[in-house]
Amino acid sequence: MQRLVVVGGGLGGHRALLAARELGYDGQVVLISGERHRPYDRPPLSKEMLASDDDGGRHFYPCEDLEHVEWKLGSPAIGLDPVRQTVTLADGEAVGYDGLVIATGRRARPWPGPVPAAGLFMIRDLDDAVAMRAAVTEDSNVVIVGAGFIGLEAAATFVQRGTRSVTVVGNTPHVLPVIGAEAAASVQRIHQDRGVTIRCGVNVDRIEGTERVEAVVLEGGERLPADVVLVAIGSVPNSEWLAGSGIELLDGNVVCDEFCAVQGAANVMAVGDVVAWPHPYVGELVAIEHWAIARDMAPIAVGNLLGVNTPPKAMATVPTFWSDQFDVKMKSAGFLSLATSFKVIEEDVTRPSLVVEAFRGEELVAAVAFNKNKAIIGYQRRLAELVGQRVNAPAK
Amino acid sequence: MKVMFDKDFCAAHGDCVLVAPDVFDLGDDDDVAVVLDETPPEDQRANVEMAVKVCPVGAIRIEE
Repeated sequence: MQRLVVVGGGLGGHRALLAARELGYDGQVVLISGERHRPYDRPPLSKEMLASDDDGGRHFYPCEDLEHVEWKLGSPAIGLDPVRQTVTLADGEAVGYDGLVIATGRRARPWPGPVPAAGLFMIRDLDDAVAMRAAVTEDSNVVIVGAGFIGLEAAATFVQRGTRSVTVVGNTPHVLPVIGAEAAASVQRIHQDRGVTIRCGVNVDRIEGTERVEAVVLEGGERLPADVVLVAIGSVPNSEWLAGSGIELLDGNVVCDEFCAVQGAANVMAVGDVVAWPHPYVGELVAIEHWAIARDMAPIAVGNLLGVNTPPKAMATVPTFWSDQFDVKMKSAGFLSLATSFKVIEEDVTRPSLVVEAFRGEELVAAVAFNKNKAIIGYQRRLAELVGQRVNAPAK
Repeated sequence: MKVMFDKDFCAAHGDCVLVAPDVFDLGDDDDVAVVLDETPPEDQRANVEMAVKVCPVGAIRIEE
């Protein structure tokens, strides 16, 4: 292989570059990213970056071992021709490849209605976080649309900054639907006790304001005045540039096999949260938007692409994620989306701490823990054993 | 091999404990991981290198 091209400059792209170097690949390397920045860490964007006034410098990934990389930043890929093995950029340049890694990730899902010209934010990129934190003052009336992790992390951060009024509106019966009602009740109490107003089980009808945001109006007509609004209603895959390429997409996700090989193209791998792949434990296509998935997938995909894994290695790690909200470190291991029931194992409301197990029928499929480091490490080990027993990764 | 651990960066993810349990630990009430062995034997090198890689906040380095 003479030229490796990585499209996407986030965690997955960065880890792909590091893996190629570490695995001894010494050909040309090109990284293409629509962002003007080199790769940086996104989890802090909805947490400390909203509270600090630094430039985010410490969140950039080290690139001293990547000086051989040709960085094409600020001009996103807009097309792929898998037959001629060429990626086309928005500025018109065509970049040929022998091996390609797709790591374009996702972006924040936009509000599906009219929006004011100012005062409305989404958080996905560094520039988003910097813009939003500058707009929030002590006197701000912040309304957050969406009761998921991004919305709640931002809410906690703004309250800790001393923001006067922070309200989270969610259209699900409780916050964080994925972690189950028991753990969600605990999260809700933690937020309310510390000053966040939570409104769940209600749809937002519209966001009012023309020049500037004025209010979030709920279905039924209740009007929540706001001078800053964060829309945090999930994400969508950055895969439009693959339309017409012959690459198979499922709900916009790039379909791969368990070895991260893209279906419908030769010499193309994909990594991170733009991917839907058949996790051998689950047995069907999953798209998992966790930091740790991109971290773990990139070296596997690159090893398979370069042919250094014989036989090819399957992407079968135990999914894990974390979230920091107020004084609570939330962690999860396993496959929460498979859970049909949840069981509280222990809870200490004053600390606060919590351990919840998630089951599919009788089978443990995941666990959630708040401020229980040791417990979640135990579940990670246990689930890794269960996955190992189930996964019988066949050679391709 | 010397394990360099920056506790100011550590966010208690515990990934180091998973991949190098003889070198790192993390208690339920701990805010940061602890290094059990700052100069581990060579047979721990692969585990410590993995810990450097998996740490989500880049809090671990190896000094020769």
